[in-house]
Order: sequence, then structure tokens, then C-alpha cells
Amino acid sequence: MTAAGVDVPGEHLLRELAPQVLAATVRRFGDFAAAEDAVQEALLAAAVQWPEEGVPDNPRGWLIRVAGRRMTDHLRAELARRRRQGVVVLEAPPDEQVAPAPDGGDHVERDDTLILLFMCCHPALTRPSAIALTLRAVGGLTTAEIANAFLVPEATMGQRISRAKQSIRKSGVRFRMPTADERAERLSAVLHVLYLIFNEGYASSTGESLQRADLANEAIRLARAVHRLLPGDGEVAGLLALMLLTDARRRARTGPGGELIPLAEQDRTLWDREAIAEGVALVTATLSRGAIGAYQLQAAIAAVHDEAARTEDTDWPQILALYGLLERMSDNPMVTLNRAIAFAMVHGPEAGLERLKVLDADARLADHHRLAAVRAHLLEMAGDHQAAIAHYRKAARRTSSLPERNYLIMKAGRLGGGER
Amino acid sequence: MKFMLMMNAPYGTGDDIRTNTEAGLAWGVAEWPPDDVKAMIDFMIRFKQELSDAGELVGAEGLAPPGQARVVRAGKGGAPEVTDGPFPEAKEFLAGYWIVDVESPERAYALAARASASPGPGGAPLNMPIEVREVMSGPPPADE
Repeated sequence: MTAAGVDVPGEHLLRELAPQVLAATVRRFGDFAAAEDAVQEALLAAAVQWPEEGVPDNPRGWLIRVAGRRMTDHLRAELARRRRQGVVVLEAPPDEQVAPAPDGGDHVERDDTLILLFMCCHPALTRPSAIALTLRAVGGLTTAEIANAFLVPEATMGQRISRAKQSIRKSGVRFRMPTADERAERLSAVLHVLYLIFNEGYASSTGESLQRADLANEAIRLARAVHRLLPGDGEVAGLLALMLLTDARRRARTGPGGELIPLAEQDRTLWDREAIAEGVALVTATLSRGAIGAYQLQAAIAAVHDEAARTEDTDWPQILALYGLLERMSDNPMVTLNRAIAFAMVHGPEAGLERLKVLDADARLADHHRLAAVRAHLLEMAGDHQAAIAHYRKAARRTSSLPERNYLIMKAGRLGGGER
Repeated sequence: MKFMLMMNAPYGTGDDIRTNTEAGLAWGVAEWPPDDVKAMIDFMIRFKQELSDAGELVGAEGLAPPGQARVVRAGKGGAPEVTDGPFPEAKEFLAGYWIVDVESPERAYALAARASASPGPGGAPLNMPIEVREVMSGPPPADE
């Protein structure tokens, strides 16, 4: 997935510069929505011209100039239209019409990308809108590429992005850093959007949806950028580590036909050692600094799995302890469910099954396929195959994931559930 | 999350069903006053446009009347065996569908309710049953 098609020289550079150019243009003209369109046009122009004429000496300046010209054209047309309609409105307050210093330096550029992320992941936007806008405005992807990744028509994605921009305009968000009060909440919204992008890509990185795997790469690239900007933030490091440690298993996670292979049965030689080493280093460094958050804990759990050379080498007591910490931090029944699995691995399947009983009373999970699947798995471990078959089938009926359904049906079948 | 909203229209009632379906007149639409038909068609066009404008439309189609439906089964050697559909005992038929990409099931239900309230004779809402089914996705997200 690229901003300008495959193998365009400077394409990587374009994607790097996209948010900086957008930020500079928004600073100068104030109108985020129009600036975003202008920057897309500038990126397209670069994608056409640079391969033929070579990358300019100052690519960032080139893009800002071209985007600025597009903005001027847009503003002129807009002014003419308003004059025709007898409307005179000053779009941006004066303090936003101030041009930036000729060379804002690294500091401004660094903050700009963050400000853009905070804008694109603003709580006023729906999640799908925030995801789409982040990929375009910060990731530098085209609407067509984003539409392709989410398997919706380009017109639909175009509308989603333009509505997201309208929401930003209506909410009156200014191009500035969130205040100290807002900051934690806003950063957590940013991280959540990046996490959703990652999952969208990771979950679909098989078979016909191969191109969607790039969403996982894109999420990692963006998380890396945020980590570079906020190296001291533990949760940012935790999220990046979690992505790396999860993505490291991607090749082992599905078979040749796209069938799911659970963690315990994966060929661990297929795991990406380099990504694991990087993820482990990140999470180790951040955990030693204190102020532990949910992403760091999830990353730590992923790291324990990734460090086991064989399934049976997994340090389950440590995973159990980490889930205990995670459970105290969040009111997420999925965490309790995962903790029950770890409990079973440490204390035996019967003890794990006992823990699941609490979750039957939780309306959020009682009918969830994951609860039935975990129960089936623990019943299988306990040797109660008939009950396991029944619960694998129950889970299969409830999941909305096709590969997962196939996996669950096969599990039931292997236990003798397929016999007539 | 993607959902398919299926608009199930009831066949007409009484002895005229068969004639109506054969003539493509099931659901009695052809017997509505022209203005009411136009109001319904306008609604359908507008609804589709709204879905597209909201960035939620994946696809939508109306289907030809069930009088033209054929039921196909694989016969000898996999050759198609074609019979006239639909099944005589069916009380409803699929008139059309929308596939939407929305944030939550609740949003899909809200859209289904909008579709259900499409105007009928005299402009009164039809309140047709809309079956909402989630479209199966790829593998589940990462989870330990």
C-alpha cells in the first residue's frame, strides 16, 4: 500500500513528509479540510513529477509550496463564490493566519505530527472516521488505498473522510496541542485508533485480503512515529511493543489455505526474531520505569509467549500474574477470560473451568463465542470430549469470523464430533 | 462491522398471489397509485444516497420480482436443473438488500428501521421486516 503506487522513488519520503506538510499548510491557512485536500493534490503531483524530474533538493519545501498554491486557488474560488452569494466570512481567526517561521526547526515538525494525530483521533469522531482520517492525513495514504484496505467502495470511504473533516470543523478543534487536562484522554484515543488499525490489518492478513496486511505495517509505522515523538511515554512504547510482538507471529498464524493456527500449534521457527527482540527490549525498558499501563502489560504477556521456544516452555505462572495486574486495571471480561486460561495452565483445567462460571453471569460475555471456545478447550484438556464437542459447536455457531468458525468445527470434528 | 440488511416483502394476500407474482406484481406495488410508487422509489434512492454520504454504504441492489425467479439444483454430472421459483409456501420474498459498514450493531438496526419505514400506499410506512445479518469477517483480532 503506497501513496503513489508501488516502486515510486521517494514514495517512502512522501509518506514521511505528508503530516509535516499538512501541518504547515493548516498553520498557514487555518482550514483543515481544504488543507488536507490540497496536500493530497501536492502528494499526487510529487508522485507524478519526482520519478521523472528527480526528487527536489528540499522536498518538504516543494510540497508545502505546491499545497500552498492549491490552497490559494481554492481560496480564490471560494472568495469568488461568496462574493457571488453576497457572503463575507472570515474563515480563520487572525492568530491562525500567521505564517510560521520560515524554518520552524525540528521542534515544530515534531509537535505538528502529534497535533495532527490528536485532531484525527478526536473523540468527536466515530472510530471508523478517525481511522480513515488518520490513515489519510497522517499516514499519507490515498482514499482509494484506504477503501481497498477496508473493502468498501472508494466513494463511501471518500464520504467517510469528508464527514470526518466536517466533524472536526464543527467541533471547533483548533490546530494546537491538547491542554494538560485533556492530554491523557486524548493520547489514549490516539493509541486506541492505532491499535484498531493494527488489528484490522493483523486480523485479515490472509488469502484474498493480503493487501490488508499492510494496515498492520502502517499501524506499526505510525506507532513508531509516536514513540519517536514521545519516547518517555510508557503506554506508547507498550503499544508499539505489543504490535511488534504480535505481528512477529503473523506468518505462523495461518496455514496455506488461510486456516487459523492457534498459538500452541504454531511453527515457532516462522516467528520474526528481529521483531521479537525489538518488542522485548521496548517492553523491558518501559516496565523498569514504573507507571504501568494496559498496553505495557499486554505487551509483556505477548513477550512471555514469544520468548518460549516451545509451547510447553511457556512461563504460565508469569502470564497468570500479568493477567492479574491487567484485570485490576480494566473492567474487561475478556481479560478475566484470558486469565482463566492462564489459571488452567497453571492449576489444571478443572480449576480453570471453575473460574469460567463467574463469566456465565456476565451479560457482556455469556453469549460470546470466545467463552464457549475457551470452555470447549478446557473441557478437552480435562478429557471430557463429548462436552468439549458441544461447546466447540456452540462457539462455531456464534462467531462471525469465517476462519475461526472453520477452526472450531474442525476441532469438534477431530474429537469425534464428525462421526455419524 | 459489515451487515446485510435484507428487505423481505410480503406476497400479496388471497388468490391473486400467483397471477401477481407471475406478472411481476408481487407485493402489490403495481396496484399502488403512481404518486405512492414514486414516493417509495424516491425514498429508496434517497436512502441509498444517505448511506453513501454517511460513508457507510458497501453495496445495495433491488432484485427482480420473484415471478422471474428460477431455482437451480445440480443435476446429473453437475448440470443445472432449473425450475420456476420461488417456493410456493414462501410468505415473503427478498426484494432487495443493502450491505453497510457501520460502527455497531445498533447503528445497523437504526438503518434497518429507516428502510423498514419506507413509504407505502397513502404514504403510510410499510414497516416491512428487514432481516439484519452480520457479514462474516476474516480471522479474529489478535488475542492471547
